[in-house]
Amino acid sequence: MTAADDAELDVAGQVVELVTRLAGPGAQAEVLVTRAELALTRFANSAIHQNVAESGMEIQLRVHLAGRTAAGSAHGAVPGGLPALVERVLAMVRFAPTDPAWPGLTPPVPVAASPEWDAATGYAGPDERAALVRAFVDAAGGLETAGYCRTALHATGFANSAGHAAQGYAAEAAMDGIARIGGADGTARHWVDRLADLDGAELGRRAATKARAAADPVELPPGRYPVVLEPAAVADLLENLAWYGFNGKRYAERQSFAEPGVAQLDQAVTLVDDPLGASGLPFDLEGTPARALTLVDAGTTTAVVHDRRSAAESGAESTGHAWAGSATFGPIPRNLRLVPSGTAGAASTKGAGSANATGGGAGAVTDADTAALVSRMGRGLLVSDLWYTRVLEPKRLVVTGLTRNGVWLVEDGQVTRAVRDLRFTESYPRALGPGAVLEVGRRSVRVPDRWDGAWWEAPSLRLASWNFTGGASG
Amino acid sequence: MSEFDVAGAAVQAALDAGARYADARVMHRRYESMSARNGDVEALTQDESLGLGVRALVGSSWGFQAVPELSERAARDAGHRAARIAAASGLVPGPPVDLIGSTPTTGSWSSACEVDPLGVSLSTKGDLLVAATGTMTEHGADLAEGLYQIWDTAKWFVSSEGHRIDQRIRECGAGISATSIGDGETQRRSWPSHRGQYGTTGWELVDSLDLTAHAARMAEESRALLTAPLCPTGETDLILGGEQLALQIHESVGHAIELDRILGWEAAFAGTSWLDLTQLGSLRYGSDLMNITIDPTIPGALGSFGYDDEGSPAVKRDAVRAGRWVGVLAGRDSAAVAGLDYGGSVRADGWARLPMVRMTNVGLEPGPHTLEEIIAATDEGVLMDVNRSWSIDDKRLNFQFGCEIGWEIRNGRRGRMLRNPTYTGIGPLFWRSMDMLSDEIVSWGTPNCGKGQPGQVGHTGHPAAPARFRNVRVGVQA
Repeated sequence: MTAADDAELDVAGQVVELVTRLAGPGAQAEVLVTRAELALTRFANSAIHQNVAESGMEIQLRVHLAGRTAAGSAHGAVPGGLPALVERVLAMVRFAPTDPAWPGLTPPVPVAASPEWDAATGYAGPDERAALVRAFVDAAGGLETAGYCRTALHATGFANSAGHAAQGYAAEAAMDGIARIGGADGTARHWVDRLADLDGAELGRRAATKARAAADPVELPPGRYPVVLEPAAVADLLENLAWYGFNGKRYAERQSFAEPGVAQLDQAVTLVDDPLGASGLPFDLEGTPARALTLVDAGTTTAVVHDRRSAAESGAESTGHAWAGSATFGPIPRNLRLVPSGTAGAASTKGAGSANATGGGAGAVTDADTAALVSRMGRGLLVSDLWYTRVLEPKRLVVTGLTRNGVWLVEDGQVTRAVRDLRFTESYPRALGPGAVLEVGRRSVRVPDRWDGAWWEAPSLRLASWNFTGGASG
Repeated sequence: MSEFDVAGAAVQAALDAGARYADARVMHRRYESMSARNGDVEALTQDESLGLGVRALVGSSWGFQAVPELSERAARDAGHRAARIAAASGLVPGPPVDLIGSTPTTGSWSSACEVDPLGVSLSTKGDLLVAATGTMTEHGADLAEGLYQIWDTAKWFVSSEGHRIDQRIRECGAGISATSIGDGETQRRSWPSHRGQYGTTGWELVDSLDLTAHAARMAEESRALLTAPLCPTGETDLILGGEQLALQIHESVGHAIELDRILGWEAAFAGTSWLDLTQLGSLRYGSDLMNITIDPTIPGALGSFGYDDEGSPAVKRDAVRAGRWVGVLAGRDSAAVAGLDYGGSVRADGWARLPMVRMTNVGLEPGPHTLEEIIAATDEGVLMDVNRSWSIDDKRLNFQFGCEIGWEIRNGRRGRMLRNPTYTGIGPLFWRSMDMLSDEIVSWGTPNCGKGQPGQVGHTGHPAAPARFRNVRVGVQA
């Protein structure tokens, strides 16, 4: 499979032709063909214990006929091949209930070429991933380690019966690991579009440094504390805002806090969904071109994302965010970035030394950008990561979850000691609301999502208040 | 070639490439779902997936390769590649890997099914969801949603030790939810739970749920919740309905007793466990009323099967007996590390995924009471039911759950409806406070258990009944 291949596009075209031949020109069909090479090398107790690779090809077909809609997919060696898939979906659509909200097919529209993608990443072998794991483990200096290194390649072709066709390629790699000592964990993670840009040793060193700094934690009483959230923690905010806030279906259902045109967040906050900001596919499941979309501009909500169905319901245009689950859960921005502070004498490296105290929390801060934010926090908490966050109340986006992989008490701008994990219950829009964001860092980190194709990019963030509702003891 | 022949070719190729053990699964899954919203069908899909996954053990390192073809050439290539991946794993080796013994088995198993769910007409299934969601809309719901899902899975397993097992497992279920939207908040009521009730059964399960009959009440309760008083804040006696207790078991017992977590194999993602193997057999997990079994043999429960994905036959075991921790969920390699003599709880969610330790049916044995007796015996407390949110720490200790609905309990009677009920606690302290347990057991199905990297979605079952817990912190607010 190379960039010059049209195999996926050819298959997509064949499926559209089959639908037209069997169901007549009145059938509206759209097809996405995805060939994938996915591999993940996983380690725990400082050894590779799971190491997997998958080659696959999936064909997703949606047909609208006589006012009814049905979708189907074939993954792997399904009996009967393409004709069987087409016949199955046509059989379904004839007996499906009516679909009065059918939004129609994407008309022919120019689609940009895929951003540059790295074949060496997409076709990386197990030895290359194992070598990065080796480097991570070795750099942890004898601490117990765990995590993964993964690579992915997607080649896609799209066609519909309205005459629209497009193809795209994407390759990516990510590494996510922890180091552990005496019950304390430190983490480091990174998403890249070239495997060669992953530095396993640097990630291992950083995770180990933070783990050592997290040793011997004390328990703090719950309550409201100012916080500095590191990029991995900010990524959780972005993910929940993406799924429950900027989701066009939830917006149409009045289940989202988002109100375009309203200054809902602090003016320091600008959020952009940027699917082509790295290696990524240039169109969505419906063939709508992908593009950068500003969702929050200096605190003012400017948009939510749509697929064709949610767009039609809201009287808007699709923003290119259709995916397999968007018909039911809604369209999701999956490449969301918090724009770093560009000015603000905010983040000079001057504060770095003072934030990296020599006390119990020495090593808690591993980059100058976060150090600067910490140095300007009187008394508060430095939080590395959030875990198991779940929505308690969708409209206000009240979320509960826990800290993980390191929390430290900061006093007079210095990390003074490690703290045991805390539970929080917080409205994310409120925590980011006007006046609540004291500082946005200048250096972003791209953090992998659980699923390939998605990432979150953010610098560290200093907030006025975070509502911790429980300590380690309950 | 038969599916067994394909799997066998992959296993042989892995052995030829240097593996000292190999197994392979051919899996064919058909999936259908339909969702409806406000009286209209919103999505209808049928997916089909067929392929081969082969696992090879070279030295003490594992490799796994999945391919979407079932030719002999593709199977042999997959076996070779699995062995090559295992060899690469050896660059970062761990301690020696052994597998506990497993008698080579030739077997076949199918789940019971009265009404083939894929055989029920789409119009019948659509009419059900349209009617139920339409009724909820008519009774005041701003958002009325209904969903059914069906899985029909056939799999063929071959190991280098001589296993040849085929299984066919049919699963289905359905549910409805009504959401009312107020000023700055939403309230949801679901029947019988948010994503529905599921089992290894035919469409007869969905018929038994009688979705339409409960639709009006769901809508009315969701609207009433908008103006109901908030759940009070503080410590009180907590009565949980069976559906919520099922998820409490899933999160604070099921995951905690997974041996891979206990051994640190999930440390970077799903997490570890507060349990220490040195305390197996002696640790007090809960009160004497707490009897929890690992039982993949329960007819119709969602976590049931004939054999796990390592070829171990389904066997019922104790996890907690009279409050003491006595058993784990294990596989053949993790059991060997722990010095145990049983596995039986390893599954993969498809041909493209590595088998790993998963819950089967993990749930309570019945207690001596009824829900009405529990309410009558409670002077002051809160009754909560139907899960709305769940969160628990990476050691499976510190949890916080939200439920869709609560009721005040005063002087042995159910009083006012309460909105936004939540409770929080620490697993073993919570389970030790259970002093009343009903005998009204239902095996609740959870079709969305996430674990593993790459991610896998597991189907698990949880027998549960209403129970009372003393002095629990409730009413956590933002």
